[in-house]
Amino acid sequence: MRPARKRRLYLVLLILIGAAAFVSLAMWGLGEYKMFFFKPSEVARGETPPGRAFKIGGLVKEGSVRRNGKTVEFTITDTLADVVIRYTGSLPDLFREGQGIVADGRLNADGVFEATNVLAKHDENYMPPEVAEALKESGAMPPHEIVRPKPGEPRPLGAR
Amino acid sequence: MITQLGHFSLVLALGIALLQAVLPLAGAQTGNRQWMGVARPAAQVQFVLLAIAFASLVWAFVNDDFSLLYVASNSNTAMPTIYKVSAVWGAHEGSLLLWAFILAIWSLAVTIFSRSLPLVYVARVLGIMGLISVGFLLFMLLTSNPFEAIFPAPFEGRELNPLLQDPGLAIHPPMLYMGYVGFSVAFAFAIAALLGGRLDAAWARWSRPWTTAAWIFLTIGIVLGSWWAYYELGWGGWWFWDPVENASFMPWLIGTALIHSLAVTEKRDTFKAWTVLLAIFAFSLSLLGTFLVRSGVLTSVHAFATDPERGLFILVFLGVVIGGSLGLYAWRGKQIRSSGSFALLSREMLMLLNNMILVGLAAGTLLGTLYPLVMDALTGEKISVGKPWFDFIFMVVSPFLILLTGLGPLVRWKRHDRAELLRSLRVPAVVTVLSFIVAAAVFYAGDSPAFKVALGLALAIWIVATLMDNLLGKFANRRMSLAGLAGLGGGYWGMWLAHFGLAAFITGVTVVSAFAQQDDVTVRPGDSVTLAGYSFRFEGVTETRGPNYTAQRGSVFVYRDGKLIAELEPEKRVYSNAGMPMTEAAIDSNLARDLYVSLGEPLEDGSWLMRVYYKPLQSWLWWAGGLMALGGILAAADRRYRRILRREERQRENAQALLEELLDEAGAARVGGSN
Repeated sequence: MRPARKRRLYLVLLILIGAAAFVSLAMWGLGEYKMFFFKPSEVARGETPPGRAFKIGGLVKEGSVRRNGKTVEFTITDTLADVVIRYTGSLPDLFREGQGIVADGRLNADGVFEATNVLAKHDENYMPPEVAEALKESGAMPPHEIVRPKPGEPRPLGAR
Repeated sequence: MITQLGHFSLVLALGIALLQAVLPLAGAQTGNRQWMGVARPAAQVQFVLLAIAFASLVWAFVNDDFSLLYVASNSNTAMPTIYKVSAVWGAHEGSLLLWAFILAIWSLAVTIFSRSLPLVYVARVLGIMGLISVGFLLFMLLTSNPFEAIFPAPFEGRELNPLLQDPGLAIHPPMLYMGYVGFSVAFAFAIAALLGGRLDAAWARWSRPWTTAAWIFLTIGIVLGSWWAYYELGWGGWWFWDPVENASFMPWLIGTALIHSLAVTEKRDTFKAWTVLLAIFAFSLSLLGTFLVRSGVLTSVHAFATDPERGLFILVFLGVVIGGSLGLYAWRGKQIRSSGSFALLSREMLMLLNNMILVGLAAGTLLGTLYPLVMDALTGEKISVGKPWFDFIFMVVSPFLILLTGLGPLVRWKRHDRAELLRSLRVPAVVTVLSFIVAAAVFYAGDSPAFKVALGLALAIWIVATLMDNLLGKFANRRMSLAGLAGLGGGYWGMWLAHFGLAAFITGVTVVSAFAQQDDVTVRPGDSVTLAGYSFRFEGVTETRGPNYTAQRGSVFVYRDGKLIAELEPEKRVYSNAGMPMTEAAIDSNLARDLYVSLGEPLEDGSWLMRVYYKPLQSWLWWAGGLMALGGILAAADRRYRRILRREERQRENAQALLEELLDEAGAARVGGSN
């Protein structure tokens, strides 16, 4: 082979090997690091992978928030089942009872979800799509929670 | 009245954009110089019209004209004027108008700085930018008109999301958009060159400063966004691998690859096909970013269903731009000939690898961003791909990129002698390995992630060492002087500063991710918490009022060795109209560390939850980004571009004069002959 062609062959081989290595790395990483999302009723049915971190989403049950110093416990629900969530630290600004949240963490031996992170999106009418979906499927979506107020309906002064 | 004028200008701008697109492109194909000549004035008129439209929307916001639906939805009378202005681009419709206006600004810039380019080429570039403008203006007028009226007009508007009421976020979107839209110039240059079949070094030289300019804005925009997230979200994080962030990061990665590949195309007349492809990708990803972020598709595929009209338009528009340009590429690409050949050990080769890795990282980011959507659409499986995955990919791949960053500038174009390279690498390599060993030894203490820290620091030192080696090498045979340093040129110093910025960035990221400390505490007035040798004393909370919010303002005194070094005032605000609570962190920042305090919630017994962070070298991330942008500015301002352009212009003028002379003579000869 002429040196120029040989060089091009090396080049193509190198690129192919690099690309193959990168793709397998990325796919392996996806399998390893992706997080599943579950609804409380799926957790209750025991469908979650044992020992793995996952995300859970639902509505914070009214009157369920109990704070004990830094640690806070609350219940989330998709109306079919409840899961107790324990978290240490400050809750996000928009965390409120009756509001949809997503948490990630692990289930401990007592069936309590130890959250490392609690997310309530930064828009008071926003519901994480997974939560909305979960609620819609269980048929329990409170209507005012599904519908983002149309931007055409500004609220009067002072209204919450 | 004024808003109607704005609306009217917007409609008129669409007409002018059509003119700007069709006539010059048709003229360039048929050689009609008059039609080509329409391009410049049309772009300038379009700029004026969009400026009027934009200004009238700003006017509507500042004067609380709630007869516009968009104003009523995003502003109210209590908001400070600066946030009324920034609310113009606070939501979907207005940010589209900003996008179109910025496109007009870039087009205007092209009409001004392209005097020395051949008319047929300018006509094509502006024609393509006109086409893009047509797409955006149509999208706006058909589905997302910011001038849509509401009747009866409400007395009071809603409020801009309080998170967005922040100086950092007031300027972040315009910067980001200047970057996104700036890539449309590089895109238009590439497509124009494809259309004309003229892909040469001159094309690369013309588009280099434009591409770099877009990249500078994008860099600044991303840094501002990250800085805002850091101090405004109250979590102390500066990058969350959130789809919105990824959408701005992908064009940045491709843009970085494009800058390097354009350099190769200009200097060595090779990589042409690849450079064109990168220009297409950079702009396509910018479009994807703009649309997907604002339309909400990235958070959920279901967003498409709630607004099918917009979703469909976006899909069609993206399909036309990406499909059209790739189709043209496939059709004309066969004619692209690269002449430069290079050895395995050459700067071209290293640039090729650099491009492969950058594109790989961008592809990885795209994969991680879209994978959950695709899985949801295909299988209904709900998953998320977050920080751990992205961290993993970037941690494994970027060290190779950083090794190349150091190596590239040391290696000559075309061919480099292996023995010579090894000789010149001796010092940087030894310094790097030594610093790795020292860092690993120093930081190996129990559970600290010594390996990652040592690797990160050593890689940063590798970049700096090779940069110094490179700089000193320039003065191997002569004395170093100020004039000599300046004589190296803007391009060289741009590279130097940008790479140095990368080194500083790596240092900052390494140190802050390994050594940041945080503590969540409950405090009563008078309580102290100690973190990393700093003592934070909580003095209590007072209530204050802002223009459109009430706040609980905490007071925290920070002591070090018994000396007061900072007073921090973190706030918990409630915005009156939206009723939305907001955490305002307080930060004491210097070159060595940030001290960061945010208030959590009040507890029933009168104490407060408080979060304190100690973040070493956090500010390095921001000034490192600034250095990269500064490097870009130096490179784009390199006198070389203007010098060559002037020469080309002179040549063309001479040729023109010669031609006219010949024609005159021929005419005179004919006249003479008939006599």
